Amino acid sequence: MLRKVCLAAAIVAVTAQPLLAASGVDPQADFKAFRKYFTERFPKVPLNDFVNGPYSMDEGLRKQWKAIDEFPPYEFAVDQGKQMFETPFKNGKTYADCFPNKGIGVRQLYPMFDEKSGEVVTLDVAINKCREANGEKPYDYSKDDMAALTAYMAYTSRGKPMDIKIPNDPRALAAYKAGEEYFYTRRGQLNFSCASCHVQNPGNHIRSEVLAPALGILNAMPIYRSAWGGMGTTSRRLRSCNSQVRGTPLSAESPEYRNVEYFLSYMANGLPISGPGARP
Amino acid sequence: MHRNLIKLAVAASCLTLATAAVAASADDYKAAAAKAEAAIKAAHAARNEWTTTADEMKAAKKAADAGNFDEAVKHAHEAEALANASIAQAKEQEKLWPDAVIR
Repeated sequence: MLRKVCLAAAIVAVTAQPLLAASGVDPQADFKAFRKYFTERFPKVPLNDFVNGPYSMDEGLRKQWKAIDEFPPYEFAVDQGKQMFETPFKNGKTYADCFPNKGIGVRQLYPMFDEKSGEVVTLDVAINKCREANGEKPYDYSKDDMAALTAYMAYTSRGKPMDIKIPNDPRALAAYKAGEEYFYTRRGQLNFSCASCHVQNPGNHIRSEVLAPALGILNAMPIYRSAWGGMGTTSRRLRSCNSQVRGTPLSAESPEYRNVEYFLSYMANGLPISGPGARP
Repeated sequence: MHRNLIKLAVAASCLTLATAAVAASADDYKAAAAKAEAAIKAAHAARNEWTTTADEMKAAKKAADAGNFDEAVKHAHEAEALANASIAQAKEQEKLWPDAVIR
């Protein structure tokens, strides 16, 4: 019996390789190159510190952040999110019924590829799916309730290494590839890609802001952003980036945004969740 | 012969000036706006619209509502040009993005 199982596993492993090669998608090779680029460009930055974004790049900013973090501006959101998380829906069920490990310490598993729908599901999408499955209205994807709930869920996952899986499924690989394409594609009247700022210029200033490195850039989400005067989700940040380069933002949690989150989160595998975060 | 040529040139200049001085009409604006809208629709289909395109269209409508069709046509033309530029960017980037990938 054991032999049969081993043989089957070996066949799956061997037949799986051509699928990767045929699709021209190799997430593991991308991962290695991405990691090498950032660690070689910023040799003094400890690997796990990349998740702290601009603070890993600028000593002065880091000092300000340390001072601010004594009374974290996202603390109210975490408290609100905890209360929301523990409050049962009208049908008596809770978020804990929708997630692995009852929703505690699971942030690092998202986004994940859903084999049933063939799409990437972010934590925010999973939360709204849970709400709708239990007869509740979905939350707005940008801020307020969604930001508070994900802030609490991220808080329970702090320190856990990002653990994004890309199954050897052509749909998952296509989603990953589409995310990679979105990340490197220039857009907007200013002709910027995500990479223009976060690969080619981390640590440099754009106006008054210090640009964060792409490595680990989503580990701190959701964030309290001083420029917003409040909390925002990954969707809000992506839409805001689009506007800043004079590109019309897509709908929150559109396939493009979910795919780029999938790509970037996979690149951050092994780096700790640091969310919720605070940014200038 | 030389005098005739000068007369012809003067007449042509006057004609050009007269044409330029003719104010744009509501129909001119409608035609320009329709062309701009078609380009914007194509940019939307390419998932690559620019915020400035929408700004120009708003300005065109505002000018048209105020009866200033010269300004309205000018903004509609600008919107069409921006929409076409965003489409060109999307097409170009389909080929160029892999060059930026970290390898």
